[in-house]
Amino acid sequence: MHTVDLDFTIDRVTKVEGSASLDVKVRGGKVQEVRFKITEYKRFFTQAMLGKPIAALPQLLSRICGTCSNAHLLCSIEACEHALGVVPSPQTMLLRMLTMYGLMIRDHALHLYLFSMPDIFGKDAFLDLDESNPEQHQMLHDGFEVKAAGNYLATLVAGRSVHALYPAIGGHLRTPDAEGIAEAVKKLTAVRPAVLRLIDIFAQAPFHFDRQTNFMALVPERYGFLKGVIVTSRGDRIQEEQFRRHLERVVLPYSQASAYKHQASSYMVGSLARINLASDHLHPKTKESAAHVLKHFPSTDVFHNNLAQAIEILHAVDDAIEMLTTHQFKPEPVPKLVYREAVGVGVIEAPRGTLYHEVGIGADGVVTHGEIVVPTGQNQINIEEDVHRLVQDLLPHVTREILTHEIEKLIRAYDPCMSCASHFLKVNWDA
Amino acid sequence: MPIKKLRARPKKAKTAVLKKTAAVPVPAEEQKIRIGWFTFSCSEDNTVVMTEIMNDHWQEWKKMFDFRHVRMLKSHNILDALDIVFIEGAIASEEQAQKLKEIRQRSKLLVAVGACACVGLPAGQRNTFTEIQRAKIEHLVAKFAALPKVLKVAEVVSVDAEVPGCPMDPANFLRVVNQAVARVRAERRS
Repeated sequence: MHTVDLDFTIDRVTKVEGSASLDVKVRGGKVQEVRFKITEYKRFFTQAMLGKPIAALPQLLSRICGTCSNAHLLCSIEACEHALGVVPSPQTMLLRMLTMYGLMIRDHALHLYLFSMPDIFGKDAFLDLDESNPEQHQMLHDGFEVKAAGNYLATLVAGRSVHALYPAIGGHLRTPDAEGIAEAVKKLTAVRPAVLRLIDIFAQAPFHFDRQTNFMALVPERYGFLKGVIVTSRGDRIQEEQFRRHLERVVLPYSQASAYKHQASSYMVGSLARINLASDHLHPKTKESAAHVLKHFPSTDVFHNNLAQAIEILHAVDDAIEMLTTHQFKPEPVPKLVYREAVGVGVIEAPRGTLYHEVGIGADGVVTHGEIVVPTGQNQINIEEDVHRLVQDLLPHVTREILTHEIEKLIRAYDPCMSCASHFLKVNWDA
Repeated sequence: MPIKKLRARPKKAKTAVLKKTAAVPVPAEEQKIRIGWFTFSCSEDNTVVMTEIMNDHWQEWKKMFDFRHVRMLKSHNILDALDIVFIEGAIASEEQAQKLKEIRQRSKLLVAVGACACVGLPAGQRNTFTEIQRAKIEHLVAKFAALPKVLKVAEVVSVDAEVPGCPMDPANFLRVVNQAVARVRAERRS
């Protein structure tokens, strides 16, 4: 590409969840503007929740996103519980952590094998991997087996891996049976070598993009996605209830989604942030088996988000096996809800980063207001700034085709979810 | 010979969209069936369920199907003559309606999957908002040129079969896939 002026559009980014487009404007060889536009049509969940009984809220809000549905479900449940003053039992928390582990294994595996791995092998699609090539053959089989293990775990513990049935405000409607637990342990144990191969594939991946930014995540006592303190790589600590004072909403007029800054700067949430800030809390077996790659963290290389996801799959496998083999699950009653006028905030780590749900209810248990802040919305400005730098670095000696491919690869490393954010990607070039 | 229209909703079994069929054998010499998967306004839960169904069926599908246009699975997508298309999501804008009509024209069989495609909800929940709620969102509806009312797929194009549910039920989906494959093969032989 030898022009110094360029208008460039990626009409719709592929191998991501949802719909987004990208406009790039170059003048005189300088990138003037990058617009990452989330083009999913708004479905107005924060309006639709008004007037609903609180008991119906978590299931409604799980429909915000198909792939992260169980994260929305559990975050909404936590917000409702905080509003009502309900404290779930230790067993309920274990079952919720197992629900999250099922989600993390299934969702990260979808992203790493089906979306990102074709780039490593120079293929258009995961199914295009060559079965006559021993390594690619192995990856094809590994990918679907790892995904299936996560799917099985989530289905066993939560009733379904998408829009789960059993998690409820105050408790968990069913406990897994002994036969199902034994099968889950068998499947998780069987895929552990595959996860180690996955870690090595992404540790050796030849893609790198380094730019300093701030990382934010819920740092737990036990790496588990549900509890912890919100911290940043610059040393800030944020109280959950105060999140609206620390996340500055930015209206991007071209995007269907809200973007956010923290202290007037972009920041990144997701697996890379979590491993950067909390790798000490990983399961001991994970730390031992992944020691050779954990030395790369903390990292500011966006492509290490893929490696961080692979490490998180291993952690989910190791911790889930421990939980399933050391705990005796017994049926527990779900407490009756006592309504009161209150506001509750739920904060969890969804696969793509920190997720916030706030709910206000009246004395009758009916929702009066709500707010939801999703990971991709928080990453939106950081993505734009990264693409700006990437395009500037690559100009003027690349073709549009290569530029498009490189931009998509970078965006894919964030594993964005537009369904969540709008509520992916079209690239529009303007040069 | 035109394909006989698939029965969308049997009277006796609401969840089982098509009659039970045995798994369709895959003759090795048969030309691959051209598949399209398109997503409009929704949570993409059915896409996720489809990728989970692939865990058990990918080897069979790889031999049987030519995934011509599936953005979730590949970058180089081609919208040309398709045998079976799956439509997920409700229709929220005129642009989406026009795209859906183009897909319909290029496809032999069109299957609506999931609640948003089949009944328009929950993606179309704004259709039932109160006046107060509508007043709060109308500037956004206008700004992004959304339709005044979100539509289910059958309100825009003819639908050959539906797999309802939020998300769709995997067994029902597989039944419809098998029937659609049988129809396409029968048409090729005729």
